[in-house]
Amino acid sequence: MKEKIRLKLSGKILTFPPASVSILAVFFIFIFVFSQGLPLFSKISPFNFFFNSTWRPTATPPSFGIVPLFLGSLLVTSLALLISVPLGLLGAIYIAEIANPKIKEQIKLTVEVLSGIPSVVYGFFGLRVLVPLVQKTFGLPTGETALTGGIVLSIMILPTILSLSEEAISSVPVEYKEASLAIGATKWRTIRSVTIPAAASGITAAIILGLGRAFGETIAVMMVTGGAPIIPTSIFSPVRTMTQTIAAEMGEAVFGSTHYNALFALGIVLFTVNLILNLLAIRLIKKKKW
Amino acid sequence: MKMVKAKTCERLGFWAARVAILISLSITGYMLFYIISKGASIISWDFLTKPPTSGMTAGGIFPAIVGTLLLVTLAIVISLPLGLASAIYLVEYSSKESRFVRLVELAVYSLNGVPSIVFGLFGMAFFVKFLGFGTSLLSASLTLSLMILPTIVATSVEALKSVPDHFREASLALGATKGQTIVRVVLPAAFPGIITGAMLGVGRAAGETAPILFTGAVFYMRGLPTSIFDPVMALPFHLFVLATEHPNISKVEPIQYGTALVLLILVLLISLIAAVIRYRYRRKRKW
Amino acid sequence: MAVLLVVMTSAILLSRTPTTTSTARSIKVKGSTTVLPIAQAAAEAWMEAHPRDSIIVEGGGSGVGIAALIDGTCDIANSSRTLKEEEKQKGLISHEIALDAVCVVVHQSNPVGELTLEQVRRIFKGEITNWSEVGGPNLEIVVYTRESTSGTYETFESKVMARENITLRALTKSSNGEMVQAISGNPNGIGYVGIGYLAQARGVKALKINGVTPTPETVRNGTYPISRFLYMITKGQPEGLAKDFIDFVRSPEGQKIVEEQGFVRLP
Repeated sequence: MKEKIRLKLSGKILTFPPASVSILAVFFIFIFVFSQGLPLFSKISPFNFFFNSTWRPTATPPSFGIVPLFLGSLLVTSLALLISVPLGLLGAIYIAEIANPKIKEQIKLTVEVLSGIPSVVYGFFGLRVLVPLVQKTFGLPTGETALTGGIVLSIMILPTILSLSEEAISSVPVEYKEASLAIGATKWRTIRSVTIPAAASGITAAIILGLGRAFGETIAVMMVTGGAPIIPTSIFSPVRTMTQTIAAEMGEAVFGSTHYNALFALGIVLFTVNLILNLLAIRLIKKKKW
Repeated sequence: MKMVKAKTCERLGFWAARVAILISLSITGYMLFYIISKGASIISWDFLTKPPTSGMTAGGIFPAIVGTLLLVTLAIVISLPLGLASAIYLVEYSSKESRFVRLVELAVYSLNGVPSIVFGLFGMAFFVKFLGFGTSLLSASLTLSLMILPTIVATSVEALKSVPDHFREASLALGATKGQTIVRVVLPAAFPGIITGAMLGVGRAAGETAPILFTGAVFYMRGLPTSIFDPVMALPFHLFVLATEHPNISKVEPIQYGTALVLLILVLLISLIAAVIRYRYRRKRKW
Repeated sequence: MAVLLVVMTSAILLSRTPTTTSTARSIKVKGSTTVLPIAQAAAEAWMEAHPRDSIIVEGGGSGVGIAALIDGTCDIANSSRTLKEEEKQKGLISHEIALDAVCVVVHQSNPVGELTLEQVRRIFKGEITNWSEVGGPNLEIVVYTRESTSGTYETFESKVMARENITLRALTKSSNGEMVQAISGNPNGIGYVGIGYLAQARGVKALKINGVTPTPETVRNGTYPISRFLYMITKGQPEGLAKDFIDFVRSPEGQKIVEEQGFVRLP
């Protein structure tokens, strides 16, 4: 009897510390990033950071305006969604509703496997194939553009959007679809007017997660967008995302310097955007009421 | 009239969906095909087991392969026990509504999807500079382990939660303690799900460049690391530098594609194993 | 099986701590991608002769090396620029190891063969935007520059731009190698690299500046307007392997390596 009590206690004791360590680690990262980034605002005004459109961290005097970087990230991400959401949604419909069961299993497996491809591979492909292609096709002075970045990202997040949307569509109760078919609607009509709206929150969550992944991507965009910190005037403009700015400049930022703080401030922005997107997605997933 | 319109609509819709999936799979398929066709020729036993020579224009990528394996092994050794234990605590030992549980959930969810470069920045500032570990295997694997921790916790929690309560109840009814129940009944049942999560984490750790950029990866070092304070070569970083920095593209081109191919094979293999386990598991489930 | 593998790996790795024994020495050299080929070749030569020593050489840019040196994560910083005041105040000391010319490069198919320094400045400022304005074809000029981590960038900024800003529209590359790659693939492009990279490069050519071709001679006699020293920097006076290595690079044998890599030996 005594031994059994001991075992029960020790199980809890064994697992509580790791759980705490996990939370502590997470919160520590959060606190650390904030603590290294917030000092920036004692050195330059927040207005100067958030609304300045010049990013010249090593000029004299240096300028840390996030506007071109944020817009760069935004543009590339938007382009990626523009391409991958229609494809992903329609593709998910195919997998969930139209494909026969055998093919369905194979495609689902393929898509899941594809979602593991490393971003540097996408970037490599983008650099070797897409950049020259875009340059030639559109007769541009350079193929390193926001568009190229958007295309690369869209290929990258497509598996995510496909598989998550497919899951959302598949989990719509059969009764809904049967009821619709029973009153004479075609399968497509059913999909369009019943299934998709019912799966809307799951699909939106899928899109948000894809968005998050695209917004936070570094290596793939770094290799194809040119890195020019300008406010993009067209999709053919080279851009510089926030993520690529951190990657390109973090090496030279001396611990505690203003540039260092600025990069962490970018990290705070990325962290925050990601947090908001995640919370939104969770809200949506939990909303499903059946 | 309406029926014809509806039928046409359906035909269009179905075709659109078919085309969409075709395009989706073809683009990625083309990318894979492209890399395989350009990289396959250079893959040889020598390529995989010899170090690079003559300024990266010849030789193999053995140290990069070893480096990646070391990084991944260390990362999972740190994060799997930590993550699994956390998951066990969350699911088995705490009440569902406790503040602590919600806190952990919040923590895990907020860390999930944080851009990998932010982890890299954190790792560089904290492990490399602040703690003084320098650019090393240690700094890089710690950074990687933090990055995959949320994945491990989330998938383990899911796996544990999906073990039906009556398993536990039956075990306890037979007189086993909670600890024994967890170890002998719940964990084995949740094992496939946990392994899938671990493999997903491993796959991610193997393929990410941003977290190791300034925490431990180097482009070239002689020999293999002899301690955890040595830096390492790594496949994704190797590909990144080869692809972007070498002044003589034509000479290193086959090596670039070879590296990409090896990385792809490694990661896709891991992905495939994880996916297969997951499907086998779903089908085998008798509950 | 997997557990065994893990345990074995951990055992091997954890059994050694940072080596402080007198028999094996190791240093980390980090920084300028311009100096990189020299440092790499010299390190290989040194390790051939002294197999117990280990020298790890990395790039990243002069700024990266200097930051790492200040933060204590490397032993020698390669740099292609001079130290700033704040850096000197942190106790950093620079040692000259070679001479270099910053060459303005274009695609080899570009008919333009020379420019004045003033024209280069105006192109990089973004005032001249078409090759036809400087005697070339009717193509938009695509300006390539380096990330702020680069010593070459700093040198270019001070010697060519006279501290005026390079256009923000310039595409940024993070190493000499990437710069060469980019320009060799774009007939509209213009950029700048260290002279040592011209030897290995394919598809690019250097322009005459103010009528002077960048060569070791014109660098030595100072007629090429964009010349500079290359440095290895240490925190305080160098000791041990760091000292030996720097001495080696400055020695006749090391200077031979400098020339083999396409750079210019010290006067």
